[in-house]
Amino acid sequence: MPPVIETREISVRFGAFTAVDRVSLTVDRGEVFGLLGPNGSGKTTLIKSLCGLVKISGGEGRLLGLDVRAEAPAIRRRIGYMSQRFGLYEDLTARENLEFYSGVYGLTAERYTKRLASVVELTAITPYLDRRASQLSGGWKQRLALGCAIVHEPEVVFLDEPTAGIDPVARRALWDLVFQLSGQGVTFLVTTHYMDEAERCGRVGYLYNSTMVAMGAVEELKRLPAANPPGTARYEITCPNITEMLATVRALPFVREATIFGQSIHALVETAAAAALAAATGVAPRPIEPSLEDVFVTLTNRILADRSAL
Amino acid sequence: MSLFAGAWPMLRKEFVHLRRDPGTVIFALLIPVIQLIIFGFALNMNVRQIPTVVYDQAPSQRSRELIARFRSTDTFALVAQVTSDAELEHEIRRGHAQAALKIPYDYADRVLAGRGATVQLLVDGSDSTVSSAALNVFNALILLENQRLARAGPPIVEARPAVLFNPATRSPNFFVPGLVAALVQIMVIILVALSVVRERERGTLEQLTVTPVQPLGVMLGKMIPYVTLGFLEICWVLLIMRVVFAVPIHGSLATLLLLAVPFLVASAGIGLLISTRANSQAEAFQMAFGTMLPSIFLSGYIFPINNMPAQFQLVSKIIPTTYFIEVTRGVILRGAGLADLWPNGAVLTAMALAAVGLAARQFHRRLS
Repeated sequence: MPPVIETREISVRFGAFTAVDRVSLTVDRGEVFGLLGPNGSGKTTLIKSLCGLVKISGGEGRLLGLDVRAEAPAIRRRIGYMSQRFGLYEDLTARENLEFYSGVYGLTAERYTKRLASVVELTAITPYLDRRASQLSGGWKQRLALGCAIVHEPEVVFLDEPTAGIDPVARRALWDLVFQLSGQGVTFLVTTHYMDEAERCGRVGYLYNSTMVAMGAVEELKRLPAANPPGTARYEITCPNITEMLATVRALPFVREATIFGQSIHALVETAAAAALAAATGVAPRPIEPSLEDVFVTLTNRILADRSAL
Repeated sequence: MSLFAGAWPMLRKEFVHLRRDPGTVIFALLIPVIQLIIFGFALNMNVRQIPTVVYDQAPSQRSRELIARFRSTDTFALVAQVTSDAELEHEIRRGHAQAALKIPYDYADRVLAGRGATVQLLVDGSDSTVSSAALNVFNALILLENQRLARAGPPIVEARPAVLFNPATRSPNFFVPGLVAALVQIMVIILVALSVVRERERGTLEQLTVTPVQPLGVMLGKMIPYVTLGFLEICWVLLIMRVVFAVPIHGSLATLLLLAVPFLVASAGIGLLISTRANSQAEAFQMAFGTMLPSIFLSGYIFPINNMPAQFQLVSKIIPTTYFIEVTRGVILRGAGLADLWPNGAVLTAMALAAVGLAARQFHRRLS
């Protein structure tokens, strides 16, 4: 079976600016693929190019075995898309929004009745069905938007920052929904800024400056050589006055990176200097695995260092 | 996949928007009433009661007779008698009077002697409508006075003008039928353009782009509700025109309403074209207003097209309102039928198709 999403060296250019630069990725059926990267790194543009909202300037993209450019009309019926702006009609009720999108996808009356029942069950939106979208809270709006995006039973769903600006409970509820659907075989491509969300994804890709810098399962990424430069190790330093300690640690010549992580400091240190670190801080450093954030920060720093070296 | 895919759900949704926002409908039906009151009651092209001062240098029976003739017209209203040239000029300059009748001291003597008396009318030229009306009536009055004084029996040539179709030359008969067209065009353009651009602003237009909805489906769904609203508005304005302003409809109402359809579609098409260009509602509003001035001033609504320079006459030919004003005036005032007005209908249909076709192409380009 061909992959559900497949891009080969896909590029999107707006004039002289390259928003997506030769990105290749494959996503299999039922996978939840997380797309990470800073603002402006090209995540949204990549999604839009796959949905046919933005013209592809180079390379090839295939969804469900169909060419994104040539077979866009056939693709549209089989994909769902939820943008950062939801695409809900605020003056319509939740039910009317669902009805409108099912009409737009050409669902018959019977199929609509069935789909409405299952979407309502899935999203648990029953109490708010006859409330206008403008009166729903952020979390319910997002659920409704997801409901509208899947009312026609798409095989692939693109979610562009689906959890931006909603509370943690609503966030978790939305992810539960995503996993429930992926269990039924729906494939997801999700962009996010949250590392904890990225860790939930089966595989993640990290876009930086329009290029895909790293891609793979979370565990694979944590073991990437680029994220664990040879001759270095990561330590956690736990102490009461971490902000002052951070300045001390950063000033040490053998510390490559140091950042605050909750109640402790994560530092990338030259392996030979573990004892010196303990001496300088007065605290016994604990060796740790890099977190996903550590991986991305190290990768980003490396790219920046390479560029300034040029 | 049908070319019009998505038209039906779009249409239904659009009517829900209208129902949820009765302001739009009220706006569409209330604005014409306000405009009708302004244009129907306040504005009058017929010049009446021009404030006039009289400088009679030597009051006599003859001069009093002449002044009485002036007083008996509806055109002049005598507001004061002055006693010097300086005073006369002062009255006009300060705007107290717009015309002054000056009867020289030897008027009576010369009339009696049959030696060619002169009478002078001084007119404030700062308002051309007023001054030309004053001069016309003044000349006619003096002509009559000459005839009366000559007592030469019936005149050799007698003028017998007849104003067809609007015998009393009432202003509402002229303004209101044109107003129907001007008003409805701007209303439909604004409402259609705003409703599309609102969706662009809120991101729902982008959402629609990833669905199987076709540009023509979106456009049809956007046009039908506002064309319907425009149609209701035409009926409403015609009703007010008939009942309140007592303007009779000489021709067939069916012809008028039939030809309204391509006019409304053309207007909606222009609204769609604007919506493909505008990124915000404010921008769309500005562009819609850009179309308003030419369609009021260059369509023959107020000023005759024949008086315009050739290049402006050309501009007037690409404005749908021009053709529909001809239709409304033709049907309402002259009793013209489809046989007379079909060329207007044909042009409007062509414009409607062109506007919608062009908008569809732009939509496609923006979406793909």
